[in-house]
Amino acid sequence: MNRTRPLVVGIESSCDETGVGIVRGDTLLANTVSSSMDEHVRFGGVIPEIASRAHLDAFIPTLEQALDTAGVTLDEVDALAVTSGPGLAGALMVGVCAAKALSLATGKPLYAINHLVAHVGVGVLDGGVLPENLGALLVSGGHTEILRVRSLTDDVELLGSTIDDAAGEAYDKVARILGLGYPGGPAIDKLAREGDPMRIRFPRGLSQPKYMGSAQAPGPHRYDWSFSGLKTAVARCVEQFEAAGEPLPVADIAASFQEAVADVITAKAMLACTEQGISNLLLGGGVAANSRLRALTEERCAAHGISLRVPPVSLCTDNGAMVAALGAQVVMAGGQPSGIEFAPDSSMPVTSVHL
Amino acid sequence: MLILSVDTSAIASAALLTGQGETLAAFATEDTRSHAEVLAPGIGKIMTTADVTGADIDALVVGVGPGPFTGLRSGIATARSLAFAWDKPLHGVMSLDAIAVDAALDAWRAGVDEFVVATDARRKEVYWARYRSTGGTHELLDGPHVSAPSEVPDLPAYGMGAGLYPQQLRRVTEYSGTQPTAEALGRTAIVKLAKGLDLLDTAPLYLRESDAKIPGPRKRAL
Ligand SMILES: [Zn+2]
Repeated sequence: MNRTRPLVVGIESSCDETGVGIVRGDTLLANTVSSSMDEHVRFGGVIPEIASRAHLDAFIPTLEQALDTAGVTLDEVDALAVTSGPGLAGALMVGVCAAKALSLATGKPLYAINHLVAHVGVGVLDGGVLPENLGALLVSGGHTEILRVRSLTDDVELLGSTIDDAAGEAYDKVARILGLGYPGGPAIDKLAREGDPMRIRFPRGLSQPKYMGSAQAPGPHRYDWSFSGLKTAVARCVEQFEAAGEPLPVADIAASFQEAVADVITAKAMLACTEQGISNLLLGGGVAANSRLRALTEERCAAHGISLRVPPVSLCTDNGAMVAALGAQVVMAGGQPSGIEFAPDSSMPVTSVHL
Repeated sequence: MLILSVDTSAIASAALLTGQGETLAAFATEDTRSHAEVLAPGIGKIMTTADVTGADIDALVVGVGPGPFTGLRSGIATARSLAFAWDKPLHGVMSLDAIAVDAALDAWRAGVDEFVVATDARRKEVYWARYRSTGGTHELLDGPHVSAPSEVPDLPAYGMGAGLYPQQLRRVTEYSGTQPTAEALGRTAIVKLAKGLDLLDTAPLYLRESDAKIPGPRKRAL
């Protein structure tokens, strides 16, 4: 196996995107994604069984297209990589079974990769080697986390995460309350530009002293988030306008909600960075496309002297290239393949970069 | 001819069969919930046992259900990926046929013309199909369906589904624990392939919708 600039195929099926990406070392060759998002619209959120069915249908066509785009054959590949968790159990199963079969059929080594760490690893495809003292802020429909990355391939630590809804999930739920459709992120982001973000002060979850504590004596949720109370607060607010018979200031509510999300995410991320000696931050996950989150992260990173790296949106949303990118890093670092007997783990911890 | 057969409609199983229907090697699990872990290693093992490589295989067949969704997809995803990587033809077979192939012979011996095959569909339901035995050969008459056991036709019933609901189904005792296996599935496929008959494509037979509910409109405060 070529461990210097390995040709790696990465497979992703943890949520509603079926992704196959191909990299050579830290060079991106193909990033093919088939999304079942349209099928979830009428339900207002990702339905796991629908996503799993779509993965099965999409996998081979997506793989074929990725190989075609990269201009490579399976025979030439050095290694295969697949998301083994965290994610939706039934969805993960499709990618894992397909990846194991490809490994069995071709004799190529298979690496079982952590989806969250792959969101960080994708950074190498845009700007090369990641800096030291690295943190990663991951925000998407499925997760909201702040990680400390001492080594991309073998030392990643979870500093904080949401204790209930993911930020993207909160966007979807609030968009439904406001009648804005699914997915909620882009709709709220667009409408928020016309609204007053200061009109309503929505709560910043887990920001009270009993949760935060101090740097010396941290509370139980110093770097954690909670978005379920925020969603409830938006619902109450809408009810109050309706009860008073007033027209709903939808744009102001959207802007105020978005401000609450971006504020609490970045405030806690900055706290984690400054207290944990993190001087370089990578922003990843689908919600990295949100204009206010990006702007506020840039602004606050600049104020704290933290360098910020944000991969292009096509690499931030779930995709196979990130799995291939991290897989290639593991191969280059001399990591052992995972074999084909491992089980997908829907709650795989970030401390486990690969199995 | 060499066939690799895979079925995960209930248990996970795989088999290598010759064109004469002789089994070179086979593997089957007991349990119905670890398909993603055990299937690929199981296939690897039978290929080693039979000293066969992908290049030696002429075609693959896969059970397309009905069966519990996640397990069923494991087999289909595996078979499709193997067929793609080896560039070999892949056919689908209705999984209940894997029980019917042996049931038909038993029914013929017992002088029974029509019978049903039933497997566990969980949620107090069974997957079932109705067959005719013509001189020991099965012919599908109706199905597959998923329903409460009480809605299954009152005929001799073969398979685990009959074993689970002896009050409602007229179970054939010796077959009351029988699950579809890739070995039996492969035998039915070979007969059809040899006769030049069409097999199915590999679209899974879920028979049930995804269970998702479209949320109702939000209740207004007034
Ligand atoms: Zn993700």
